[in-house]
Amino acid sequence: MRPSWVAILVLPSAALVVAIRASANSAAHAGPWRRVLERLTRDRASLAAAWFVLALCAIAALAPRLALYAPDYQDADALNAHPLSPTHALGTDLLGRDLLSRLMHGGRVSLAVAMLSVLLSTTVGVVYGATAGFYGGRVDSIMMRTLDAAISVPRVLLLLAVFALWGHQSITALVLLMGLTGWFGISRQVRAQVSAARPREYAVAARALGAPDARVLWRHILPNALSPAIVAASLGIGNVIILEAGLSYLGFGVQPPRPSWGNIIQDSGGVLSPFWWMAIFPGALIVATVLAFNMIGDGLRDAMDPRQLPRS
Amino acid sequence: MTPPTTPLLSIADLRTYFRTDEGIARAVDGVSFHIGARETVGLVGESGCGKSVTSLSILRLITRPGRIEEGSRIEFDGRDLMALPDGEMRRIRGNRISMIFQEPMSALNPVFTVGDQIAEVARVHDGASRRDAWARAVEMMRVTGIADPADRAHQYPHQLSGGMRQRVMIAMALVMSPALLIADEPTTALDVTIQAQILELLAELQGRVGMAILLITHDLGVIAEVASRVIVMYAGEVVEEAPVGELFAAAHHPYTEGLLAAMPRLGRERDRLAVIPGTVPPPTRWPAGCRFHDRCPYAWQRCVEEHPPIYRIGPAHVSRCHLAEEPERRVQRAPPERE
Repeated sequence: MRPSWVAILVLPSAALVVAIRASANSAAHAGPWRRVLERLTRDRASLAAAWFVLALCAIAALAPRLALYAPDYQDADALNAHPLSPTHALGTDLLGRDLLSRLMHGGRVSLAVAMLSVLLSTTVGVVYGATAGFYGGRVDSIMMRTLDAAISVPRVLLLLAVFALWGHQSITALVLLMGLTGWFGISRQVRAQVSAARPREYAVAARALGAPDARVLWRHILPNALSPAIVAASLGIGNVIILEAGLSYLGFGVQPPRPSWGNIIQDSGGVLSPFWWMAIFPGALIVATVLAFNMIGDGLRDAMDPRQLPRS
Repeated sequence: MTPPTTPLLSIADLRTYFRTDEGIARAVDGVSFHIGARETVGLVGESGCGKSVTSLSILRLITRPGRIEEGSRIEFDGRDLMALPDGEMRRIRGNRISMIFQEPMSALNPVFTVGDQIAEVARVHDGASRRDAWARAVEMMRVTGIADPADRAHQYPHQLSGGMRQRVMIAMALVMSPALLIADEPTTALDVTIQAQILELLAELQGRVGMAILLITHDLGVIAEVASRVIVMYAGEVVEEAPVGELFAAAHHPYTEGLLAAMPRLGRERDRLAVIPGTVPPPTRWPAGCRFHDRCPYAWQRCVEEHPPIYRIGPAHVSRCHLAEEPERRVQRAPPERE
C-alpha cells in the first residue's frame, strides 16, 4: 500500500466527516462558513452521504490489503464466472479477473481523479468567475470572451488533443487536464451570481461601512453566490468519472490493465446480455457515488441559506 | 441658523454623471451645500431627483457607469475627499461618515447574524478581536433599544421585525461614533408608529454621539420633526434651501410649494390631496431653461429660455427660481395642458 493513496482519498473525505461532526458544538456566531458546517451536521442525509463517500475512499485506498486478488490476476478456471460463485463474490470478466477486486482497485483512480479534478476546477472556476463578476467592465468582457472561446471547443476534443500532444498519461496529468477543462460552466454561474450580488444593497452597505474589496467579495458576496457552484461541483464529480471512462475507451486516460470504474465498464462493452454483471456493478457504484456527492452538495446548498431558519 | 464658520461637510459643484445607452444621465448636476457639526439637515425631493446619488457620492461609492466629474469638491473635516487615496477613503467610511439605508432587509446581508455584521465594523476599523467586537456589537444593540441584545445578536436579518432591523442598521452605523450620519430614507419602509420611534432614537443618539445627520427623505413630515435646515432637490439640482421654520412658513420655489401642498395634514378638510402634475423627467433629458418649468403653475417664457441661478431670498434662504426677481409673476395660471 502506498501511503499517497491514503492521503489523496481518505484524508479529505475523513476531514469532511470530522469537520461536519466536530462543528456541532462550536460557537454559533463564528461566521457563515462555520454555520454551514453546523447545519450540515443536522442534515442526516448529507452526513450519511459523507460517511458513504468516506467508506468508498477507505476501501479504495486499502484495496491491496482488502482485495482477495490482484487486479490483473487471471483465474483461468473461472472465466466469466457469475456473481456469488464460490471464489468470486461479484464474478469475473472475460479474462477471469475478479470483478470485486478490480472495482476496489479501480475506485482509487476514479475517486481520486474525480475529487481532485473537481476541487481544482471548482477553485479555478470560482476565482475566475468571482473576479470577472466583481470587477465588471472591461476586465469582465475580456475574461468572459476568453471563456467563450474556451467553451466553444468540445471538452473531449480538447482533452484528446492535449493528451496527444503531451504524450504524458499519468494520473497527475489526468487530474490536471480534467480540472483545467472543467471549470468553464462553474465560472459562468459564479460570475452571474457575483455580478448580480455586487450592486445589491448589502454589498453597497458593506462598502459604506468601510470594508475593503476583498472582504466585501469573500464575506458578503461569495456566501450569497456559491450555491450554483456547489451544485455544479457535485454534478461535476459524476461527469469526470464518466468522461474518464470515455477517454480510457479511446486509448487515453487510465491505461489497461490498470482498472478504473470507467474502463471496467468499457471492457464489458458488447457483452451485456449474457454477462450483465460486468457493467452493472461498476455502473451502480458510479451512480451511488454521484448520488452521494449530490446529496452532500444539496445539503451544503441548504446549509448555506439561512433564510431556511425559522423566524423567531 | 447661520452657517457655522467651518462646516463639517461642504460640497461644491458636485456633478455625478452616468454614461448610459440613452446618453449621459446627469443625476447630480452642480449641487452645493454644507453641513455643520452636530447639525441635522434634511434633503428632500421626489424619487429620481438625485438625493441618493448625492449621498453615495459623498462616500465615493459611485460605481460604473457612474462617475463623479472633475471639478466636484467634497470637503469633510478639513480634508478633500476627492483627493484621498482609496485606502484613506475606506477608513472614513463607516468610521467618520456612516450611512443607513432605506430598506434594512436588503441592506443587511442575509447570510450573517446581525451581531456578526455589527461586529464586523469594529473589526474592520479597529482591528478588534472577535470577542471584543462581539461585545461591542451587543452593547450597540442595547444602545439602539433592542431588547435581549445578547440573544438577538445571534439571529439573522429575516428573523427580526422591520423596526428592529433598522435599529440594527443604526447600530452598525454608530459603532465608530461617526461625525456624520447619512440616513437615506431611514423610515420610509416602516410603519408610522415605528417611524416615530426610529426618529426619536436618531435624535437621542445624535445628542449622545455628537454627530451631524444628513436626513434624506421625500417626507416633509419627517423633516419637520427632526431637521433644522432643509435642502430641496429637483432634477439633479438644489432648488431651495432654508431653515426648517422658514421653509414651512414661506416656501419660495414653486416645487417646494407643491411638495408642501401635497402633504396630508390633520384638520384640513379636503377630498383629495394636491399633487404636482407630471413626474421628474429622465436625467438624460433635463428640460432646457428651468428644469421645473413644464410642471410649474407660474412658468412664463423666461423659465423656458433661461436656466435660473441660485437667488438669495433671506439670510439663510436661497431659491433657484426667477420669481425672486419677478415676484409679481406668482399668479396661478390655468394648469398646464397635459396628455
